[in-house]
Parts: sequence; C-alpha cells; structure tokens
Amino acid sequence: MKKEMSYIDSIHRSGRIWNLSVMVILLLFPVAVSLIFGAVPDMHGLIMGLIATAPMYWAVGVIETFTFIPMLGAGGSYLSFVTGNISNLKLPCAINALEQAGVKANSDEGEVVSTIAIATSSIVTTLIIVVGVLLIVPLSPLLESPVLAPAFAQMLPALFGGLGVVFISRNWKIAIAPVILMLVLFICVPALDSGTVGIMVPVSVLFTLAVSRIMYKKKMLD
Amino acid sequence: MEFSVNSPVLFVLAGVIIAAVLGQSVYFLVKAFKRGLELNMSKEKLMRIMISSAIFTVAPAVAIIISVITLSKDLGLPLPWLRLSVVGSLSYETIAAANAESAMGLTFGQAVNLNASQYVTIASVMTLSIMVGIWLVPVVCKKMQGGMINLEKRDKKWADVLSNSMFIGMIAAFVGYVFCDVSTVLKGDTSGLIPVCVTLVSAAVMALSGLLVNKPKFKWVNDYALPVSLIIGMASAIPITAWLG
Repeated sequence: MKKEMSYIDSIHRSGRIWNLSVMVILLLFPVAVSLIFGAVPDMHGLIMGLIATAPMYWAVGVIETFTFIPMLGAGGSYLSFVTGNISNLKLPCAINALEQAGVKANSDEGEVVSTIAIATSSIVTTLIIVVGVLLIVPLSPLLESPVLAPAFAQMLPALFGGLGVVFISRNWKIAIAPVILMLVLFICVPALDSGTVGIMVPVSVLFTLAVSRIMYKKKMLD
Repeated sequence: MEFSVNSPVLFVLAGVIIAAVLGQSVYFLVKAFKRGLELNMSKEKLMRIMISSAIFTVAPAVAIIISVITLSKDLGLPLPWLRLSVVGSLSYETIAAANAESAMGLTFGQAVNLNASQYVTIASVMTLSIMVGIWLVPVVCKKMQGGMINLEKRDKKWADVLSNSMFIGMIAAFVGYVFCDVSTVLKGDTSGLIPVCVTLVSAAVMALSGLLVNKPKFKWVNDYALPVSLIIGMASAIPITAWLG
C-alpha cells in the first residue's frame, strides 16, 4: 500500500513543482517577446548588463536563501522567493502573524500560520497592484503627490519601529550587541543606506547568532 | 507586429504569469488552512490571521504601485507590473534596468521609445539576475528544515534562541538603517532625523497597543496593532518631514 505523504513532505513536493514551473515561465517572458516581435537581444547590452548586475544579486540571493528559510518556514519560503519583497513585506507579515497567534516559528502551528500570512499577503499584494495598474492614470497624480511622498518614503522606519519594539523588548539581552553594531556601522559607513540594508540583514543575522550562541553557552540567557 | 512597451500582447503575457503565481499563493493558502484545522486550530483564529495579514499588506502594496509607476516611465506598464508582482523589489529592478540600459548607451529615467531588441535585453537582464532564490529554495529547503527539526529534538531551548536571534538580527539591521543619515545633523541638516522620529512614533503606538491588549476589553487590538502602528508612523512622516525636512 502506498504510504501517505506527511504535510511537510507534500509542501516540499508541491513547492518544488511550483517554483521550478514559475522559473520556467518567467524565463519564457523575454523569449516570447523576442519571438512575437521578431527581435533578438542586444548581445553586448545583455552581457554587460548581466556582468554589472548578476554577480552581486546571485551572491545576495544565495545568502538570503540560507538566512530566510529558517525564519519563513517551508511553505513560506517557497512562496516568498517567488513573490518577492521578502524583508520589507513577507517576513514582517509572517513575524506579526506568529506573534499574534502566540505560536513559535519552528512548530507545526508556526509553519501553518507563517504560510497563511505569506500567502494572504501575496494575494492581496497582487490584487492591489492589478487595481493600481488598471487605475494608473487617475492614481498616478495622487500617489506621486508631494503631500503623500514623505509617508511612502518612510515606510520601512514606520514598519520596523512597531516590529522592533515588540521583539527587542522581549529579547533585549540578545538584541543589545547587534543593535549597537548596526547603529555604529550605518552611522559611520556612508555607503550603508536604503540600497544596502538588504545586504546587511544576513551580516546582522550571522553576528546575532554568534553572540547568542556565546551567551547561551555561558548561561547568560537563563 | 509593431512593438510598443505598452503593447496589449505584453499585458497578456505578464497577466498569464501573474495569474500562475496567484494560483500558487491560493494553493498554499488552502493547503495551510486545511492543515491548521487538522491541528485543531480554530477557523476563527485562522481567519483572523488572514484578515490581519491582509490589512497589514495594504500600505506596503500601495508603495509597490508607486514603484510600478516609477519604472513604467521607461519600460511601460507590463514589465514593471510583472517584475514587482513576482520576485522583484524596487531597488533591485531599478538597478537591473539601469545597468541594462546603461550597457546599451541609454540613460535610466530618460529612455523613451525603446525598441523590441532593447526591451528584450532589459527584460532578460532583470529576469536572469534574480533567479537564484527561486531554484535554490527547492534544492536546499527540505535539508535546512530537516536540520532545524533535528536541532529542535537535540536542544529545544537553543532552537528557540536561534529562531529569536534570526528575527532580532534582521530587525537590528533595519534599526541601523533608520539612523544612517543622522550624522547630517552635524552639518545643520535635520532631515536625517526624519526616519528616527517616524520609528519612534510607530514604536510608541505599538507600545501603547501592548498596554491596551492586557485589558480584556481591548484584546482585539492585538490583531491590528502592527498595521495601525505602520499607518500612523507613515502618516506622521508628513508633518515630521515638513518640520525637519
């Protein structure tokens, strides 16, 4: 008799099928445009553009994958790496949902909560962007108005103010060292700004893990 | 067929891909919801998580529309719509598009009337440069999750500390980012304090919500605390920028 697949195994199986299928259809977009309009890519532009962009984002992609999977859970990881906007939307959404449900990320319930939060967020984002694209003519002057511009420019500080106060107050012993390190780096190194914060996330996570491990071994977290 | 960056065919192609990704989200949502019920989580609790996540997503999603508008000036609507609905983020897509345009002698933000060859080149650079996560997750996710489960069995306390440390590490990086321009104050420019003030407003709203949640009458606040702190924080940026900017 065929053995019944566990929930987590079925998530891995379907996640693999979905992600690899989406990868193929994403790659088909430029191919289809090329075939429909009878155009070949500018090879010089393609190679130079890839050299200028791909190495950095491939490296970041590898580091982000290993950093975010333990936080997002299995279902959340498959979905988030397809739908994007991980650190500024999907992960905070999952963290908030775990907090709200009072479950741990590495539990069966945590896996369910994180997947539901990320899937809902992905669906809502897609639908809002569809509405935005349909209504782009009347929406553009409103969304680009100088009055509203500061609100959208400060979305990340507004997001991490709320999220930070919950997590830092609850885990203040773990938080002291990484917060001080990141403050010193971001204040003293001019190259660190909104464009490089994504690269600093894995650095900060690795540093925090190292500090917590030392504190845990020395029984400073009891 | 004559090419235009807003050709209806491009809308159809982008729409089909976005519909497939939407299908993946719905599939995972249904699967996780059913699993939640199997684990004896109440339907109401699962619905509350969905509603709270949906509300929380509204403001960041509107910010993504602004990114679509920004990129559409060079690339038309279909490509930014696709890129920002699937995989991408504004900073990445802008850099990838700007690098591809620059390699063809164009200037980002001023490239009008792209031809089909230039368009295919830009779309290829944007697509190929950010594929890693999509294929790497299927390769490593199962092994990594297995490792986490084994760790949980070996040392549950350390597994909890590790999980919290990862979240704290991410939050610490963004706390540092909030302060990245404060040194401009030394030059008499107070605009670097704007994100700091916005963070403080948002943190204060969240702290106040935390106090309210402890009273039985206000327990429902827990579901909306983060979206409300996000929106009040963003709204506070308007007067704060007028004051310090």
